[in-house]
Amino acid sequence: MSGAVTADNAIVVEGLKKHFGDVHALDGIDLQVPRGSVLGVLGPNGAGKTTAVKVLTTLLRPDAGRVEVDGRDVVADAERVRHSIGLAGQSAAIVQELGGRENLELIGRLYHLGRHESKARAAELLEQFGLTDAAERRAKTYSGGMMRRLDLAASLVARPRILFLDEPTTGLDPRGRSDMWDVIRELVASGTTLLLTTQYLDEADELADNIVVFDRGKVIAEGTADDLKDTIGGDVVEFAVSDATQRDAALAAVRTLSDSELQVERNGYVNIRAGREGSATLIEVVRRLDAAGIKAEGLGVRRPSLDDVFLALTGHKAEETEREVEAAGVAS
Amino acid sequence: MTDLAIGPRLRWGAHDALTMSRRNLLIWLKVPAFIVFTVIQPVMFTLLFRYVFGGALKVPVPGGYVNYLLPGVIGQTAAFTSFGTAISLAMEMKEGVIDRLRSMPIARSAVLLGRLGADLVRLLVTVLIMIGVGYAVGFRFHSGILGPIEMVALSLLLGLATCCISAFIGLAIRDEESVQAFGLIWVFPLTFVSSAFVDVHTMPGWMQAFANNQPISQMVEAMRATALGNPPGAPLSNHVWVGALWMLGIMVVFIPLAVRAYRKGG
Repeated sequence: MSGAVTADNAIVVEGLKKHFGDVHALDGIDLQVPRGSVLGVLGPNGAGKTTAVKVLTTLLRPDAGRVEVDGRDVVADAERVRHSIGLAGQSAAIVQELGGRENLELIGRLYHLGRHESKARAAELLEQFGLTDAAERRAKTYSGGMMRRLDLAASLVARPRILFLDEPTTGLDPRGRSDMWDVIRELVASGTTLLLTTQYLDEADELADNIVVFDRGKVIAEGTADDLKDTIGGDVVEFAVSDATQRDAALAAVRTLSDSELQVERNGYVNIRAGREGSATLIEVVRRLDAAGIKAEGLGVRRPSLDDVFLALTGHKAEETEREVEAAGVAS
Repeated sequence: MTDLAIGPRLRWGAHDALTMSRRNLLIWLKVPAFIVFTVIQPVMFTLLFRYVFGGALKVPVPGGYVNYLLPGVIGQTAAFTSFGTAISLAMEMKEGVIDRLRSMPIARSAVLLGRLGADLVRLLVTVLIMIGVGYAVGFRFHSGILGPIEMVALSLLLGLATCCISAFIGLAIRDEESVQAFGLIWVFPLTFVSSAFVDVHTMPGWMQAFANNQPISQMVEAMRATALGNPPGAPLSNHVWVGALWMLGIMVVFIPLAVRAYRKGG
């Protein structure tokens, strides 16, 4: 790879391997993250996402391969890499017994910001993340969403150029998730390079410019969210017909909407792969069934989930990877 | 900062260790349970031994059992301080706190030094309170001006050495419940099968050999000598040198082990 290409990339990974005993947590990973862009690393528990983040943030040494962050090698130049990065995820930086402001000021002091600047930066971040009113309260009284926002704020104290978010919304309620998404979008708009790991396809879809899918320590797919959805056939329109005598008529009515042969699944549903035309197809299905006088239930457009992606790409379900990892007794 | 010379590098490291100490002390002050465990409990031990067992125990020191007891119970407190060291480090390892700190450009030594620094300050505060309580129930120094200072310094040295052992245990086990269940069990026989609370001669013969020579007894005897028996100008008790050597030996073994466990990360 030429130097010019490297200079435009905030993160370059080539042939990265890391094993724990017999378990190959990372088995030859290649990644490139252009400056100012967002890479979503998608995969189930145990796919190797967290191991990759640990290597990229200098916490684990790779067994093989080249890893550069902000143009510097994560092994030879680890200390400089630490000056360029921020890491956040599951609230680990927060001291529960201290207030939000105290937490951020302490982090500022650890970054050698000086007393005055630490205070100013803490106030600024509390404002930015909507935590000013709760600034003096102990962090243990915060909601899950507030805690994650405070944790994210902590990772931004020293204005890192490259940010790593390890499953930032896992375990949050829908409200907490969407708040977190808003905050992350703002950050990205200000030019921060972001690498985000997630188990949710919709999260990667919402936030990432590019997505790589991890399974068993390998990258099994990469591209934009739309590319991935195309790989698996995009949206699915589904409906059920409870009256068994109407099922053949129903299949005949919608047959021309699908490229592949349609059938009634064991759960009584008919699934039509609709590409990116989910809504238009849904409307057409409603018209035709109505015209044929067929009573349908559970009618809707389903967006593909991580499970659909996995099934399409690997032929196995996401939980199988999780089970394998549990059986091997290794944390990702 | 890779390029810094030794001097600025040391200042950088000291700043980080002080910040981490301050953080740990802030946490200690904000959790009532920690204060009860670290301060009230030793004071309670002092009073219980003084009044419950004290009447029944005959000891060969001037001023009676309360004078014998105080250096012993302070020695026990110093060793028990290491519980907090092990449990906090194990918890921070497990919860990913230490990984987060390791991803930041802070001195590699700051987490360990900050922990030990805070635990020693905590011990110092506790020891001073215990001496105050001791005075209220009849304890008196019989050793001039330097004696009390030497005794406090020896208690900190004992605390530091046991905290180094516990730091290694906490970082190696990485689970606070396992640490509480079996990682610290060795502290109990070591503090009780010693000369901390009773005259070793009252124990069975086979036990005396251990009780007389193990490091906590050496340190307690050293503290007793500095508190009660060091006439002005006299040489320091043998126990002081033997005890100090023990403590240094423990640190030489366990500091590298703790550093290695820390580097491995969570």
